[in-house]
Amino acid sequence: MSGLADMKKKTIRNFLYFEAELLDNEGHESWLDLLTEDFLYWMPLEYGQTDDRLMTSLMHDDKLLLTVRIERLQGDRTFSQKPRSRCHHLLQRPQILSRSKEGITTRTAFHYIETRIDDQMLMAGWAEHQLVAAPKGAAQPLMIRRKTVRLMNPDAAFPNIQLIL
Amino acid sequence: MQTGLKLLEVSNKLHHSVTMAEKMTSKQVNITAEQVEGLFRPGEAHRDLYASQDIFRAEMQHLFRQCWLYVGHDSQVPNRGDYIATELADQPVLMVRDREEVKVFHNRCPHKGTKLVLDAAGQAGPFFRCPYHAWTFRTDGSLRSIPHPQGYDEERLHESAAGCGLSPVENLVNYRGFIFARLASQGIDFDAFFGGSLSTLDNMIDRSPEGRLSVAGPPLRYMHRCNWKMLVENQTDTCHPMVAHESSAGTVVDLWSRIGGNSKKPMAVEIYAPFLSDYSFYDKMGIRIWPNGHGHTGVTQSIHSNYSEIPGYFDQMIAAYGRERAEAILSESRHNTVFFPNIMVKGPIQSLRLFKPLAADRTLVESWIFRLDGAPDMLLERTAAYNRLINAPTSIVGHDDLEMYERAQEGLSAGGNDWVNMQRDMQADEMNFDGEKVVIGTSELQMRNQFDAWRKFMLESIQNADHKAGAGA
Repeated sequence: MSGLADMKKKTIRNFLYFEAELLDNEGHESWLDLLTEDFLYWMPLEYGQTDDRLMTSLMHDDKLLLTVRIERLQGDRTFSQKPRSRCHHLLQRPQILSRSKEGITTRTAFHYIETRIDDQMLMAGWAEHQLVAAPKGAAQPLMIRRKTVRLMNPDAAFPNIQLIL
Repeated sequence: MQTGLKLLEVSNKLHHSVTMAEKMTSKQVNITAEQVEGLFRPGEAHRDLYASQDIFRAEMQHLFRQCWLYVGHDSQVPNRGDYIATELADQPVLMVRDREEVKVFHNRCPHKGTKLVLDAAGQAGPFFRCPYHAWTFRTDGSLRSIPHPQGYDEERLHESAAGCGLSPVENLVNYRGFIFARLASQGIDFDAFFGGSLSTLDNMIDRSPEGRLSVAGPPLRYMHRCNWKMLVENQTDTCHPMVAHESSAGTVVDLWSRIGGNSKKPMAVEIYAPFLSDYSFYDKMGIRIWPNGHGHTGVTQSIHSNYSEIPGYFDQMIAAYGRERAEAILSESRHNTVFFPNIMVKGPIQSLRLFKPLAADRTLVESWIFRLDGAPDMLLERTAAYNRLINAPTSIVGHDDLEMYERAQEGLSAGGNDWVNMQRDMQADEMNFDGEKVVIGTSELQMRNQFDAWRKFMLESIQNADHKAGAGA
């Protein structure tokens, strides 16, 4: 296994495209497998927000809460998913912001569409990933330790956002 | 039942938008006392109350003008010239710190009507300057200057509406930092309107060792394609959590029972799990109502009763209030308090939700949180967590609720039954009470209390309007 320091840019980018593909194709359980145990997903409420603790955020989910979200989507009595929502991530080529032996930080501009019945919502923003090396023998070379999703307009009045950006 | 008003207006679900004209004009609706009476049967409310845009306009014209509405908190405007922009019912207003006092004005330039400020919050400096023609207004609302003034006859200008400066909302009360306003110039006074319900605000504020709250960050803003009253009724609807939230709270409980073992419950599990409590728990928690449509769930206990202690906090409270009083303050675990018509406060969580009516089938929900000044940060952290876990457009509990409201809004277009039922635990002569009344926690009494107030304020306003019209004829 090659180290993070000399991992090819293409390998890193393909990993991020693979993540989006899982989320777009209801591969949520496989997506959970990409997350480290101390994973944190943060979606701020304010443009440029830095405090994720003493201010409201849109999402601040650990792996437990994301597992709840994903199990809920399948529930027999999850009526807000009857019928189901669908989503589509369109990614710009990810930028690799920094890398060291410990981890890689990337930033990816995206357009995200979530649909349900006749409604279609378009959101845009930037996802920042902190990636670490996957254990030996894993199907993917990397795992996600932290994902920060900064929307262009996190302060807008949204209807339901039910799937994972 | 024919109410004489236009029946349901089915909204165009896709890309439905509220035009400025629809939202903001003061289009008068002629509604009569008979029509208001026709909207009710014992324990039943006519579907037009939720679905008719004419009823919505009548509410804006009659109900919301008579009631004391929440404007904002004075911690949002600490310094002279600080302002916020918001809406009172369908009217844009701005709240500004003048010298010492907080003032509220209609957010329009008296000259051509341009909104003076658009941003949710800002700093005006010593005066507001209209971006259209540079008329300027002091923070007390008075006209300060007009460019190129020789075009105006001074006397004529001062007799005009524009010459009077910004139109104030005159009936204002600053209740321990919370600013309320009544749009109607004459009407019920603040204390009579709220009565005993202010005890919920007192309890929330007293939870600060300094007796003072401050707004913590911007609110969540969540758009609902349903009538504002559905949201307000849901606040004391204790027979829905174990059903509608089975998908969210149920999944949390189920997952935690599989993986949690004996470890300490994380904050999120502690917040979600009690939603799934059974009917007997909600029965016992009790509902208290006050006159004018106010009421709360959680008289003896609530889903907020068993949160973990926050280290150091109780000692701070004892130091501030003495042990007996500190215990009394913290032993309250009121769940949801509805301040009629469109506010909900959670004392133990320090949050305020505002259900802003935009159209018969459209409501903007703002969820604000407060810091308890002088208390440990951990309390605010829990409050912020509660807000995003329960009130956000990304919240699984929010998803459950919004789905039900929107299904109800669409379902009420169905013919064959004009009535929405709220008869649970209904008693004869139940609205005849003094000061307050406590009933079983699964009662729908508070929903009936809200409609009782709705009817009362509508009828009073209609009768006043008729009287004025009669006098002028």
